[in-house]
Amino acid sequence: MLVSYKWLQEYVDLTGVSPDELAEMITRSGIEVDGVTVLNEGMKGLVVGHVLECERHPNADKLSKCLVDIGEEEPVQIICGAPNVAKGQKVIVAKVGAVLPGNFKIKKAKLRGEESRGMICSLQELGVESKLVPKEFADGIFVFPEEDVQVGEDALEKINRDDSVLGLDLTPNRADCMSMIGVAYEVAAILDRDVKLPEPKVKESQEKASDYISVRIEAPEDNPLYVAKVIKNVKIGPSPLWLQGRLMAAGIRPHNNVVDITNYVLLEYGQPLHAFDYDRFGSKEVVIRRAKKGEKLTTLDGVTRDLTEEHLVITNGKEPVALAGVMGGADSEVKSDTTTILLESAYFNGQTVRKASKDHGLRSEASSRFEKGVDPARVREAAERAAELLVKYAGGEVLEGSVEADYLQMEPAVVSVSLEKINRVIGAEITMKEVEDIFKRLRFETVTENDVITVTVPTRRGDISIEEDLIEEVARLYGYDNVPSTLPVGASTPGLLTDYQRKRRAVRRFLEGAGLFQTITYSLTSPAKAGKFAIEAREPVKLAMPMSEDRSVLRMSLIPHLLEVVKYNLARQNDNVAFYEIGAVFLSKGYNVQPEEREHLAGAMTGLVEENLWQGEKKAVDFFVLKGILQGMFALLGLDKRVEYRQAVLEGMHPGRTAEIYLSGEKIGFIGQVHPAVQKEYDLKETYVFELQLEPVLNAKTEPLQYTAVPRYPSITRDIALVVNKETAAGALEKIIIEAGSPLLKEVRVFDLYEGENLAPGKKSIAFSLKYYDPERTLTDEEVEKVHDKVLQEVREKAGAVLRE
Amino acid sequence: MEERLKELRQEALLSIERAADLKELNDIRVSYLGKKGQITSVLKGMGKLSPEERPKIGALANDVRDAISRAIESRKTVLEEEALQRKLAEETVDVTLPGRPVKVGNRHPLTRIIEEIEDLFVGMGYTVAEGPEVETDYYNFEALNLPKGHPARDMQDSFYITEDILLRTHTSPMQARVMEKNKGKGPVKIIVPGKVYRRDNDDATHSHQFTQIEGLVVDENIRLSDLKGTLEVFAKKIFGEDRKIRLRPSFFPFTEPSVEMDISCKICDSKGCSVCKGTGWIEILGAGMVHPNVLEMSGYDSKKYTGFAFGMGPERIAMLKYGIDDIRHFYTNDIRFLRQFSILE
Repeated sequence: MLVSYKWLQEYVDLTGVSPDELAEMITRSGIEVDGVTVLNEGMKGLVVGHVLECERHPNADKLSKCLVDIGEEEPVQIICGAPNVAKGQKVIVAKVGAVLPGNFKIKKAKLRGEESRGMICSLQELGVESKLVPKEFADGIFVFPEEDVQVGEDALEKINRDDSVLGLDLTPNRADCMSMIGVAYEVAAILDRDVKLPEPKVKESQEKASDYISVRIEAPEDNPLYVAKVIKNVKIGPSPLWLQGRLMAAGIRPHNNVVDITNYVLLEYGQPLHAFDYDRFGSKEVVIRRAKKGEKLTTLDGVTRDLTEEHLVITNGKEPVALAGVMGGADSEVKSDTTTILLESAYFNGQTVRKASKDHGLRSEASSRFEKGVDPARVREAAERAAELLVKYAGGEVLEGSVEADYLQMEPAVVSVSLEKINRVIGAEITMKEVEDIFKRLRFETVTENDVITVTVPTRRGDISIEEDLIEEVARLYGYDNVPSTLPVGASTPGLLTDYQRKRRAVRRFLEGAGLFQTITYSLTSPAKAGKFAIEAREPVKLAMPMSEDRSVLRMSLIPHLLEVVKYNLARQNDNVAFYEIGAVFLSKGYNVQPEEREHLAGAMTGLVEENLWQGEKKAVDFFVLKGILQGMFALLGLDKRVEYRQAVLEGMHPGRTAEIYLSGEKIGFIGQVHPAVQKEYDLKETYVFELQLEPVLNAKTEPLQYTAVPRYPSITRDIALVVNKETAAGALEKIIIEAGSPLLKEVRVFDLYEGENLAPGKKSIAFSLKYYDPERTLTDEEVEKVHDKVLQEVREKAGAVLRE
Repeated sequence: MEERLKELRQEALLSIERAADLKELNDIRVSYLGKKGQITSVLKGMGKLSPEERPKIGALANDVRDAISRAIESRKTVLEEEALQRKLAEETVDVTLPGRPVKVGNRHPLTRIIEEIEDLFVGMGYTVAEGPEVETDYYNFEALNLPKGHPARDMQDSFYITEDILLRTHTSPMQARVMEKNKGKGPVKIIVPGKVYRRDNDDATHSHQFTQIEGLVVDENIRLSDLKGTLEVFAKKIFGEDRKIRLRPSFFPFTEPSVEMDISCKICDSKGCSVCKGTGWIEILGAGMVHPNVLEMSGYDSKKYTGFAFGMGPERIAMLKYGIDDIRHFYTNDIRFLRQFSILE
């Protein structure tokens, strides 16, 4: 809502309060003012000029040479490029020395050899938005109506630009402030000053409106009140300058006096009105009903609209003539030859209007007010006010009486609240006197009985219906600055992260310490990507109305977007990157139920993991770099002994460099190199990824931490190199060794892998370092020898491994 | 003979003095003191001496030996020290060359903000609750006093999956879920961080996915002043002790009264600048007293219980705190952006 400071002064005395101060006060007490626009900011030297002579520029077809009286001793010559400039016009002249918006200074100039002392201005040149400039002046200079102005007067004042406009950012509950009168009540309450309201006085003619029209409501729930007035003998023409100026300040384009007056009253009272051309209405009855399926209506914007039973329409008894509360029909539009007006002022149900406005994509000044609820008490008064203005500014003759259909049950809300409750909720010590005073400022009637105040809420404040609403009114006008600052008292509560949350943080810190950067990517993805790399893929969860194909379904894996991140960074010369992400994946559980959300952990690495350029050392990421990180993470969580890596072939992954990861025998994810074909698709170099279900990992029960004695006796280490078939997995050998060597064998470590010369084809050599230790005593060589021999025997028997010579 | 020994001492001491390294010194030792050394060979003539002279010469020979030995020892110390110095000099490194880099990553700036806020509230006795990102219409709207057709639903156009299921538009649904779980009993003290989604075109200030932190306290006698005090603690901790806060009335369907909180602008010290749009204040979060309908719908007696709730956007907080100008940075994950948030403050 745009509020003209000058206009507002008609209702509230703003003496001593500047527009900026007013904005600050309004913001502090309830409605955010998101800006104050000074309409004539930085402008000067603009006067009303009279075009005495106007002829074609001798050297330019599109320019005119004008002689303009600007109220100074001599008229001045001004060259003007506007197509509509003509002799006899009263126009806006920027004199030499004038300043226009953007600090544009007007100087004496020569245009194609002719002197020009000033500029004849369009409204756009004065900073008026193009969409607000009356159509007839849209492509040229603005021309004053002859009788309104005197030569030499301040032109900005004449068109009401010597004003400031406050932009109110209204929350949906404060529909009452979608009108100047509503804002006036609010400002009066804040400033504790009086409100002066317009008191429409209409001199009616002898003829009765009811002889011209009847009104019948067939859908009283959608439309409980309809008021029709008939105004004859109107003369369509421009509305007065002050009125046009106020409309433009409020962001509405002036059209003609009748339309402008309905818009003016809409802004003033918040009550949308509609003017029909009575002679084109098509009947003498107004019937309001739901549309019939298949009915059509061509609205004022020229669009033919298909109607349904959910839309409320105004009809002439035969066919729709307006979409109630949203937009009028083209057939009954007020035109320049209109003489008789059928004026509608009605109360339409917000939800009904909202539905129609949404279905047809039509948000209008009218519909947005109906949607949020207009003040039912102003329906009649707004019609009177419009009638008064139509008489005054369109020469109309108002017929006697209004024709109404009224089903409205209008009961103001009566709400009680105790002072004790007010202070208990706010946490302040406000007195009953102060509370009463606040409601007096708001112009709410109150009755106080002991500790309880009972408030009769005016219908304009439809947002107030329960005691908390009253408490808010008290709090905001009492001032939040005056509310003390305290902390909750009462039973103390332990503030803790859950084990899951604590471990998840530890996992994050570990991965970050290992060189990975945390990413956050989008949950919405394309159907093509949704199922890729998924540990478990189902039919993806789809949005009903996606904004784009790329963001139309929920992801089932974190890897596709992580690869996008890698790609993005590679494209910007960041060749060595490592990322991880923790986030939800979404698995459908069928139509119309919430999908299963699993928290996953994924990582992606490419390029060098170690680079020490001047020392010439480099290490590129490989399977084992990433596996090492995971092993470290599992060790941190006490799960390393329970995790297994099993060679696997997975879609999108390198068939020889991929493993599925099992925790206590349950598959929880995978690790490996992205398939070269997929790498190519994403423009990646060798890239390794992993993805895990985080919940089984972080929720796995682990043994409580227990101290074991620090070794007191020396251990004995034996290194062995075993020659085995190439296919034999190191992990399998290690398992055999551990089983055979326990309990004395405490540690097994692979320290070399060799294939090639000196080995038979199809063979490889794996070297293990074995550490034997007994916590009770020093082991003898003989004891170790015995166990060690058993180890060698087992690997020979179970894996065909022979000691390498 | 006496003369000869004295000569040898003289000679030896001189060459020890001149010895350039440990090898030369050792050669000198062998040459004078060795079994076949010069002193030994001089002493071979002892047999020719008179019995009176023998002890005298013997004592002198011992003196000479000792003197040479001592000289060698002391020269050795000097030479060893010199050798060490040379070795150390050779080992000198250019300390200005870069060290071996330790590759570490860091958390995402949003996680950084969220964890910081979590820690603050955990310290004040809150627990961290997390909930589903795909919600039911009931928890996302209806249980929060936003029945179907409510005009405020326009404020947050949503991604629906079906008529009843949607991507949550805020973390507030956890208010209702947690209250339901507590079956009408207090106290409830939670904060809820998480991802939320709205139908917005991504641009510098909008993102269809973003994060939110919701806070909720429900107990007997929770007051608006408690909300104000709590938010003050938050603002000072996150934005600095010198920040002032102000509460402004606002509107949210799930709170009544509702407020918005502004903090004083740090950039211009409240004088008015482009960041605070000349007002000296920056809007940080929305809050209010839990609406009685919300309490009642989740099983709390609104006559007995009151509560406050607040909701804030970590993106906005991070943007203000670190001067980030485009919300899309958070989701592009450019390493040159992410890396900047590794420094502890």
